[in-house]
Amino acid sequence: MNRDDFPMLDSDISFFDNGATTLKPKCVIDSIVEYYSKHTSNIHRGDYDASVITNKLYDETRDVVCNFINANSPKEIVFTSGTTESINMVVFGYMKKHLKKGDEILLSKSEHASNVLPWIKLSEEIGTVIKYIPLNEEYELTVDNLLKTISSKTKVISIAHVTNVIGDVRDIEEIGKICKDKDILFNVDGAQSVPHMKVDFKKSNIDFLSFSAHKMLGPTGVGVLVGKYNLLEDMDPIKFGGGMNQFFEEDNSYELKNAPVKFEAGTPNIAGVIGMKKAIEYLESIGMDKIHNYEMDLKKYMVEELEKIPNLVLYNKNSNSGILAFNIKDVFSQDSSIYLNHYNIYVRAGNHCTKMLKDEINIRNTVRVSMYLYNDKNDVDKLIKVLKQSKDIFKVII
Amino acid sequence: MDSNLKREIILDNYENPMHRGLVEDNSYLSTNYNSESCIDNLTLMMKVEAGIIKDIVFDGEACAISTSATSIFIRNLIGKSTKDAKKLILNYKNMLEEKEYDKNLLNELVVYEDISKQPNRMNCALLPSSCISKMLEQLNK
Repeated sequence: MNRDDFPMLDSDISFFDNGATTLKPKCVIDSIVEYYSKHTSNIHRGDYDASVITNKLYDETRDVVCNFINANSPKEIVFTSGTTESINMVVFGYMKKHLKKGDEILLSKSEHASNVLPWIKLSEEIGTVIKYIPLNEEYELTVDNLLKTISSKTKVISIAHVTNVIGDVRDIEEIGKICKDKDILFNVDGAQSVPHMKVDFKKSNIDFLSFSAHKMLGPTGVGVLVGKYNLLEDMDPIKFGGGMNQFFEEDNSYELKNAPVKFEAGTPNIAGVIGMKKAIEYLESIGMDKIHNYEMDLKKYMVEELEKIPNLVLYNKNSNSGILAFNIKDVFSQDSSIYLNHYNIYVRAGNHCTKMLKDEINIRNTVRVSMYLYNDKNDVDKLIKVLKQSKDIFKVII
Repeated sequence: MDSNLKREIILDNYENPMHRGLVEDNSYLSTNYNSESCIDNLTLMMKVEAGIIKDIVFDGEACAISTSATSIFIRNLIGKSTKDAKKLILNYKNMLEEKEYDKNLLNELVVYEDISKQPNRMNCALLPSSCISKMLEQLNK
């Protein structure tokens, strides 16, 4: 749907790498160009006309994000450089301060590197313990397995809402309830879910939620950390500088501003925030449920067709998201993606930053198709046609 | 070289690579190539005695270009002095970067002479030479 809104689609490409990043609609691009060409100015201090416009757009973005994910207040919205920075802020700004040696953190082996490595580093620094919730036979995380892994020492559950290779949608509402009952902190990586479905921060009792603008039609280099306000008040910044302090003196005394501003040291990615606002407004004008249902219908069609091709191995055909991981039998995934590129089909090959998933599926690398609202049946038909001819793959790529 | 013949050589070396399989022998140098941008994961091991490359073996998971290039490289390096190996690698790199090079030194490696036209495959083609260069540097330490 809405293909005409995306300038990149003027060329004859089928863009199936949306798990990595997404195309930008013209309105998002225009909002950024407008900032740079008509009202470039810094925020926080606005005495001239251009800065008034910029300040207004920047501040309004907090309201837009707050409504979009149903946070309690715009004060819970922190602008970051993206999901990775958001999670690092949670781990090193909050968890490092409040956890102690022996406290357990539950993750899964299908988490992205950005939701594993900070925790490994934290373990190294303060002796917290990581436990991995076992995945089921479809490589999905179930509430049952999660419950079995919780112990009296469990202090944090940190998982993706939707994982970036398997694409399983975790029941965050149920898990949020469990966390609330058992007094466990619930940290959700929303990078692959917030762009594609309605995510409700309040209803799911999430303590911290992270996501990136560029995976949801917005610009790169900007994202969000949503945190319950009392937790944000208790969280230390990991960056210090201008804009976030009340005062600092020669005797080393200083005072920081309140959250969320205390987390936004230095000049933020203003153009990025403005572009993200436009992207969210664009998504909302279509409706998140409509986007999710559209992707599910398209995936169903794609899986039905792919299953007819004998030399393909599909790893997650039943997952409830627009992500599909597969391999052409006996072909290295990178050769497959290079083959598809010959026909202007853009996919991703590799381990997709989930390096531990190989322990579960015994496959290190896969080809990943990840869809978004602008993909259509023509894209899928083109993919199917090319994969059907893949016996000639080496004639094409060598 | 005719493009069908090039493809045949590459495919043959990809599907039936020579010297595949690592050895348990401390006299070999070893290096692993496993990066994020490039998803190949190869380990190469090399034995050098009195300045002569006696053996090279490799194993791992990699694309058609890097696997085949590793196989061909190994065949062309065994028996050479480390000095000649460095010369060969330099000529190979020059070929990929479209600089002047000595075709006669490269034997079958000329099958990759057009790789520069596919920038997304340059890293694949350079993988074995980078690994071997790294091990040759280790020798000097």
